[in-house]
Amino acid sequence: MDPVLLLDVLLLILAVIAAVAAMLQRDLLGSVMLMGIYSMLMAVIWANLFAMDVSFTEASVGAGASTVLLLMALTRLGTKERRGGDHSLPALVLVVLTGVVLLYGTSELPRFGDAQAPAHLHIAPRYLAQDIGKVAATVPAQNALHGEGDFGHHVPNTVTAVLASYRGYDTMFETAVIFSAGMCLLLLLRPSQRRSPEETDDA
Amino acid sequence: MHDSGSRSHEMSESVVLRTIGGMLIPYILIFGFYVQMHGEIGPGGGFQAGVLVAAAFILHLLLFGRSGTDRWLPRWLVDLSMSLGVLLYAGTGVACMAMGGHFLDYSALDPTHPAEAEALGMTLVEAGVGLTVASVVLTIVRKVQGGTR
Repeated sequence: MDPVLLLDVLLLILAVIAAVAAMLQRDLLGSVMLMGIYSMLMAVIWANLFAMDVSFTEASVGAGASTVLLLMALTRLGTKERRGGDHSLPALVLVVLTGVVLLYGTSELPRFGDAQAPAHLHIAPRYLAQDIGKVAATVPAQNALHGEGDFGHHVPNTVTAVLASYRGYDTMFETAVIFSAGMCLLLLLRPSQRRSPEETDDA
Repeated sequence: MHDSGSRSHEMSESVVLRTIGGMLIPYILIFGFYVQMHGEIGPGGGFQAGVLVAAAFILHLLLFGRSGTDRWLPRWLVDLSMSLGVLLYAGTGVACMAMGGHFLDYSALDPTHPAEAEALGMTLVEAGVGLTVASVVLTIVRKVQGGTR
């Protein structure tokens, strides 16, 4: 059997175990730790699928930043979960139904790794060639890796090329969304002007 | 609730943690800058680099407390770089227009060397993303840590 596939199955089983354990865990500190383990396992799974950029993001944001945020929240809230009222039959039915629908949906998808899948035939070759939306004169020749400039108009990491160039508008507005989130935070949690002096600025 | 919170947010009292953690910070920063500059070649880019740089300052914040970090990285600078990142991104696009191209059409930045202009544009844009992400992540953590202050 394919060892990569075996590793994938093993990692996915571990990820499911970590997710279920994080839900069942009563101690919130343990829950946060299990969430971090889950994110780290997902990062390894992405890396195993050669989705390096996604893996990197999952490791830094999922396992790193959000774990730190949750831990900081816990230091203010305490680590005891309030008991009771967390088992709801309608919710279980809803979740199972959604899962069945999603699984039914995946039956229509092309097989994993299928080179003939429409996604690999339709536009992916043009992403890899990185010639979308460019002036014809600047489009690289077939073997332009050693052409003009550092990369001969061909950025080795296609993900970066797609994000920064082909989908430049998307990325700009994503940055703007992050910016507005930070701004809202600053405005909502701004220290009140009428506070006592020792609470104003400690810089 | 607030009592236990405010006490645990003082700087770390363990000398071992402060020393070893302080030694880690430069390496995290260097790795962050590497990911930022190397995003066109290897995995990563502005977003991941921003989170890494923020992680270095979060570690500093946890080790040396709020006032310790404010001494190294003034709060107004963090607030400023949130908007500077977006400005850098959009400004690159406007610069492309000023040079006669379309918005965010990087090859217009240097018509004689479109390939290098493309690389330059991507680098500037990714720097903008990194700046905004790093400062916003740091701000979020600061606000969660310090509540309304």
